[in-house]
Parts: sequence; structure tokens; C-alpha cells
Amino acid sequence: MSQPSSSVTMYYLRKIVVAGLIIIAVVWIATPFVISILYAFSSTEDYYNFRLVIPLTYTFEHVKALIDLGAGEYIMNSIIVALMTIGISFLLGLPAGYAFAKYVFPGKDPLKLFIVGLRMFPILVIAVPLVTLYIKLGLNDTLLGVALAHTAMALPFVVLITSSIFAGIPKDIEEAGLIFGLSRVGVFFRITLPMALPGLAAAAIFTFIMSWNEVFIASVLTFQHRTLPAFILTAAQASPDTIKFAAGFIMILPAMIFVFIARKYLIAMWGITLR
Amino acid sequence: MSPKTSIWEKYTPYILIAPALVYLVFFIGYPMIQAFILAFTKHGAFTYENIDYLLSSPFSKFREALLYTTVLAAVIIPIQVAVALGLSLLFNIRFWGRSTAIYTIILPLTISDVAAGLIWYTMLSTNGFLNKLLINIGLLSQPIYFFGKQYMTMEFIAIVLTEIWRATAIVFVIVFAGLQMISHEYIEAAEVFGASVWQRFRYVIFPLLKPSLQAALIIRTLFAFQIFGVVWILAGRDIPVLAGEAYYEQVELYHTGVAALYALIIAGISLTLGFVYLKLFRARYLEEAR
Amino acid sequence: MVDVHLRNIVKKFGKTIAVNNITLDINDGEFIVLLGPSGCGKTTTLRVIAGLEKPDQGRVLFGDRDVTLLPPRHRNVSMVFQSYAVWPHMKVYDNIAFPLKIKHMPKNEIDKRVRWAAELLQISELLDRYPHQLSGGQRQRVAVARAIVVEPDVLLMDEPLSNLDALLRVKMRSELKKLQRRIKVTTIYVTHDQVEAMTMGDRIAVMNAGKLMQIGTPEDIYLKPANVFVAGFVGTPQMNFFEATIKEIKNVTLLDAGDFKIDLGSKFVDILKDYVNKTVIVGIRPEHMVPKELMPPSLKDVAFIKGIIDFVEALGSDTIIHVNTGSMILVVKISGSHRYQLGQNVSIAIDLDKIHVFRKDTQNAII
Repeated sequence: MSQPSSSVTMYYLRKIVVAGLIIIAVVWIATPFVISILYAFSSTEDYYNFRLVIPLTYTFEHVKALIDLGAGEYIMNSIIVALMTIGISFLLGLPAGYAFAKYVFPGKDPLKLFIVGLRMFPILVIAVPLVTLYIKLGLNDTLLGVALAHTAMALPFVVLITSSIFAGIPKDIEEAGLIFGLSRVGVFFRITLPMALPGLAAAAIFTFIMSWNEVFIASVLTFQHRTLPAFILTAAQASPDTIKFAAGFIMILPAMIFVFIARKYLIAMWGITLR
Repeated sequence: MSPKTSIWEKYTPYILIAPALVYLVFFIGYPMIQAFILAFTKHGAFTYENIDYLLSSPFSKFREALLYTTVLAAVIIPIQVAVALGLSLLFNIRFWGRSTAIYTIILPLTISDVAAGLIWYTMLSTNGFLNKLLINIGLLSQPIYFFGKQYMTMEFIAIVLTEIWRATAIVFVIVFAGLQMISHEYIEAAEVFGASVWQRFRYVIFPLLKPSLQAALIIRTLFAFQIFGVVWILAGRDIPVLAGEAYYEQVELYHTGVAALYALIIAGISLTLGFVYLKLFRARYLEEAR
Repeated sequence: MVDVHLRNIVKKFGKTIAVNNITLDINDGEFIVLLGPSGCGKTTTLRVIAGLEKPDQGRVLFGDRDVTLLPPRHRNVSMVFQSYAVWPHMKVYDNIAFPLKIKHMPKNEIDKRVRWAAELLQISELLDRYPHQLSGGQRQRVAVARAIVVEPDVLLMDEPLSNLDALLRVKMRSELKKLQRRIKVTTIYVTHDQVEAMTMGDRIAVMNAGKLMQIGTPEDIYLKPANVFVAGFVGTPQMNFFEATIKEIKNVTLLDAGDFKIDLGSKFVDILKDYVNKTVIVGIRPEHMVPKELMPPSLKDVAFIKGIIDFVEALGSDTIIHVNTGSMILVVKISGSHRYQLGQNVSIAIDLDKIHVFRKDTQNAII
């Protein structure tokens, strides 16, 4: 009864190598996050102290300084823009998503392809021309203007995602509603929508993050009423390191919170949008 | 069913889609046209002015921007695809803590490129984590300088590092999703019938993964030519890139026509590359199917 | 061609014990069937033999070679997967040739073998096609061809017929069995279908909840089930079970079932001595009971039960009647077509040679 020892060692060796690689990958991704958060709250002396790799004393002063610089206002701006983006893009995109999910009609495939194609379109191209248009319309340097541009960026995604969410709701459940007395509209509001809510909430969160993170368009379209990324883009250049870190932290905070909340949906959604 | 109901049914989908479609056509179509107008006309007449500026003005960094954008893309994309492929294969094994590991890996997807730039600034600055760590464990006696005009090569490396850290997840998500769709039984069958790890990859996994890899490649390349925030934060205009120049011309110099031209060039390159990729991949498909 | 030995195999998935201490010896060239309901651990056991799962405890031996931790490709096994796992991006020819190509066999040798296997499975005209151009049944044949082309030591099959329609399934049953006889490879076959097991297996290993319930030839399993589970799992319609108390009067054993009493005579007095006045489970197959008027003259050792017909199933080849004896319903299977009315009174003869008695606590067989 021989036990080939080489295969046993191979078996465990494989496991160790695989585990090692995975740990390296996770550490590689996670470390910058951890470090930037730590440094954002590090006291200035500790930061410039070469002997301290990890700061020992912590302070809120950098974040506070950033807020004093006006970051508070810019954060609000970003939030408002993101919320407006969600509102408009869902208002326009949800019906379209529903149509793609539940109806069969001539031209469906080309239309869908068109919208998918738009997802890959370099959206920053619209930023510069929009300035001219906005000046005419009086939308220049307004949050609404940015939100409208962000909506154009987010719409394809919203249409595709809501389409897939609605398609995931079994047809029989809706048909049961029709049989038991509801109109088509009634089925939508009382059966389909409630069932789709978790997915839609995750999609809304994702849209929020898209808008929150967007830099180029926001920077081009605003001057005084900047969003946070736009502000940081210009302000960060001249600031001392510690302020830079605080800025980074503020920018990633909402994203990290939301990602944690919606984590299950995230991979599925990214996979769908980038297909 | 009365005729009235069926007409309603027939047009409903179009009515539902119309608002979104109209919005998109307007907000994308109109600026596109406007971009052409801005780039190529002045006071209603056709002009070469902006093209001239790009190519011959001493203030224009067009050639460097084109060069650097292309070089960055050429360096970053292959590395990302390789890393993403490797990660996908690793994560295909079911292990304890896998979902947490995946969430961590895709975290960079949730932050903006500006934030990524700032984060890596933390890592690579003179008093940053990397320098402090290496000095304290004795590998270095002096910090490595990553930033500043005189350290352009290092700035380049910093950008490459940051981009790989930030955007590999985009490729990973697509490739991983594609990998998950390959039935485990296909791979198990290969294993039973004698294939080593490499042979399983070469004969079963890779062929079935090709569509996902191609999709990921197209998307990543398209985005690569729009690279902006990371470069701006880490290197400013030391390393000009197309999108960065577009921003600068518009916001600092008010050269709207030039900025529009830059934007069109970016769009043009993206679309051409996309087209080339599609042609390339479809050709291979036809060959193999024969 | 080897014999396969499993020694105390345990496999857990999280808290669930999928395979609970299985010891099994399979003979060289044998066609053994692992039979059991879903979740009984048969597929897991197969995968442990294949090397696709590593057991938490125990050993797997091919001959006297310990292969427990060996990866599948070093074991010289072949497998037919439930979903066939025929690679969609390769032609049928390449699918079948794959195992040989991996072993770096010379091209003409590969070609010979592939065509031999294709011929055996009657798919020679399909060699140039892609899997998506084939029907389910054809794909299944490709999977089998691929499995035999390399002449493995052990051939494993995981419910290969379950995705085929009924007619095709019956046809493939005999084809697979004939094939195995021709190439004489040790075959381990997993199924939940007891008809498949009974018609195909040289021996059957019945499993439930990770444990081995009984191993034996189809006759053994059918005529001498070792416990209630095996007795109830094999045979359609299912064996009738009812509780009875053992009474002994004047050297004669009686099974008191409440509604009726069965006189066993003096045959089993010794065996049942320890169970007097205890409750047992009695089992009798529907086909081992017959209405009095249809009793063949050869049937000697019988007991009679009276009841009222509750339900009739006329299947053409057989007639199944449900007989209500008062507190229970017994199912009787009569061969041929017979007329029976609901509510009709009948007297049923039980073949005492075919009666089974099980302990109530352990569910193991006494008789």
C-alpha cells in the first residue's frame, strides 16, 4: 500500500502557493486604502517623522481644515448633483428598462445595441460642447447642468440594469396579478415594483457613486459651484500632503459605505454593465 | 380585445422608451455636432486654426499627450489583462473567505480616479508609506522621489502602478464573470481525462474565455485613452495626456475650439480602435468555426 | 482493469456529512451500481473515487495502489458526467481524441482509437460536427465514447441516462451494459433509478444518508433486503409495510396486525423467539399477494386477509388494487387485466415464503 509522497507534497504545496498569491493580491489592493485612511487622520508631526511608518497620534484637524476651506459646500454640491442624477435618470430610464424587459417589438435588438454601445462612448466628449450650450441656456456653472450631463452618462446603465432587474421577475407572478383583477399598471405598481425594489435600490446606489466620482465633466462645467472631485482636482495641487490625504478620505468615504451596504449586487451589476 | 386596446399595446414599448432615447440622442448627438462646429469652424466658416494650434503652437503639448497616452495604454493594458486573468483563475477556486476577498479586490472600482491618485500619493510621496517602510526596514537609506518635474520617469511609474491598482478590477469583473459561466464540469472532465493545470487552461478554459477577454480588452482600451484624474493628481502637466490637455485648454486657457478638437480626437481614436478590435475578433471566430 | 477498494471514507461539506464511513470492495471487471435517493452521498462517493473530491478520512485503493490524494489524471479513470460535459468549442472528433492527445499518443494511433470508439457507440457519421449540432442522446454517446477511448482502469458514470427521454433511456441501458461486457472495464455507475440499477448491475450498493444500506446482487437486494429502507426503495409499487405484534401460541407464531392475524406456522418459532410480544414491522411486496380466486395451484404456503377494494389502477399488463383492511390499505399487484369494483369484498392470499419481518428499532431484517 504505497502512498506516493510526491503527490501529497504537491497537493499541499499547491494549496500554499495559491493561498499566498491570493493573500498578496488582497493585501496589494487593501493596503493603500488602509494607509490613506490612517494618514488622513495622522497628526502632522507623526506624518513627517521618518521613523513612524504607521502614525501613533491621530487628529481630525486635516479633515476639519479641508471643510473650513469650503469642502463642506462642495460635498453638498456633489450630493445634490448625485441625487438629481438618480432622479432624472431613473425617471427616464426605468420605463425604458421595463419596456425592454417585458415587451417584444420590432427594432428592439438594434435599440438595445445602440444603448449598450453608448455605454462605451467616451462621455467626456460632450463636456466641452455642453459649456457653450449651457451658456446659452443659462445652465453654466449650475448643479442642474452637471446633473443633466451625468444623467446622459448614467442613462444607458440605468436602462440596462433596470431591464435586467425587471426581466428577473417571473412572468407568472405578474400574470397571476392580471388574472386576479389588476390592470397592467396595477400589476406594475403593486407587484413588479415592490419585487424589484432591492435591485433598484442597489442600482440607485451605484448611480450615486458614478455621479459622485465623476471628475472631468464636473470640472469643465462648473466654476464656483464645484462638486467635490472638481474642487479637489484644483485645490489638491497646491495643498500640503496631509490635506491631500484628508481630501482622498472624504472622497472615498461614501463609496466605501455604500459598497458595503450593496456588496452583493455590485459584482452582478458591474458584470452586466460592462458586458 | 377591442382595437383600441391592441393599438395601445403596440405602441406602449415605444412610448416607454422614447423619453430616454430622445434624451440620449439630444445630450450626446447635439454636443457631438457642436464639438465639430467648435473644433472646425470660426464665425460660421471652416477653419484650420485649431488643428494648426495643436500641431505647431509652442503652447500645445499635443504630440507629447498623444505619445504619453498611447504609451501608457500600451504598458498598462497588457499588464492588467494578465493580472486580471490570473486573479480570475485564482478566485475560481472556492476557498474560505472568497467573497470577502472579491469585495476587497473590486473596491477600487468604487472610487474616482482622482481619489485613486490621492491614495497612491499617500503611498508614494516622500513621507509616504512605501518610503517610510523601506527606510525603516533598512532597504533604503534615502527616500525614492516619485513626484516633481525632474523625476518624470518615476512619475510615469507611479501612474502605471496606480492605474494597475485602480482599473484591473474592471477587467477582472468581466473575465471573472465569463469564467464563472464556464461549467465546472467542462474543467473537471478535462482533469479526469488527463489534462494538467496548464493543459486545462489551454484547451478548455482559454478558448471558452475568449469572448470575455475580448470584451474586456475593448472596454479597457476605450477607457485607457480617456485617462485623466490619476495623471493630473500625480504628475500635473509633467506628463501630458489627451484628456488632461483638453481640460487644461478649456478651463485654464479658454481655448474651447482646441478643447473640442482634443475631445473629438479622443473619441475618434476610441471608435477606431473599437472598430479594429471587433474586426480582428470576428475574423478569428470565422476562422475557427470552419 | 483493477479492483477498487474504499476504506472508511468520510466526506463532509461544512456540517453535512455527505459520506459517512463507507467501506466497499469492487471486483475487477465488475459493473457495480451505487443506488440511492438524492443526497444519499452516491455522487460524492463517485467523485472521491475519481479524485475530484478528497475524502476527509479514509483511503481509496486501486489494486494495492493508494490513490487517495492522487489527482484524477494520475488515476487512469474515465468518467461520464451527468450533463455529459462535452466541450462545446471542440468537434466531436476532438472531444473523443482529447484524452489520447493529452497522453501524446501518435496521430494515427489516436485516429484508430477514436474511430473504434465512435463505431462502438454508432456515432461515426457525427465526428465532424460540433456538440451544439447534436441531440442530447448523441451528445451522451460522445461522452461515453470519450470515456472508453483511453481504456481506463475504472469507468465512472454519474447518472448518465437521467437527462434522456424515457424511450432512449431504456435503449441506452442495454447498450451500455453490452458495451461494458465487451470491453470488460471495472465500472461504477451512480443512479437513483432502481429499475436501471436492477437491470444493469452485477451488484448493487444501496446508499442512504451517506451510509451503505446493503450490497448484493439484484436478486439479493430484491428477495432479501437487509432493512426497511432497501426493501422500500427497490420494487414498484413499493412494498407494503405494517406493524404487528408477535404472538406465540402452542409452538405456532402469529403476526397480530390488529385488522387481521397471519399464521406463520412453526417455521419461524426459533428465529422470532426473542421478539414475542414485541412490535415488529412486516413487509410484503404487492406482487407477492394475490386474490384468492386467482391463486395459482403452485402457491401452497399462504395466509388470507379480507378487505374492501378502495382503488383500482388498470395498467393493461397489470392490475393494481388497493385493499382496505380496516385500519390500513394494502396494495396488491396482479398480473394481467382483471375487473374489480370499488367497494368489492376480496380475500387476499399472502405468499408466506416472501414475507419480511423487520425490527422496529433498528429497521434491520429478521426474516
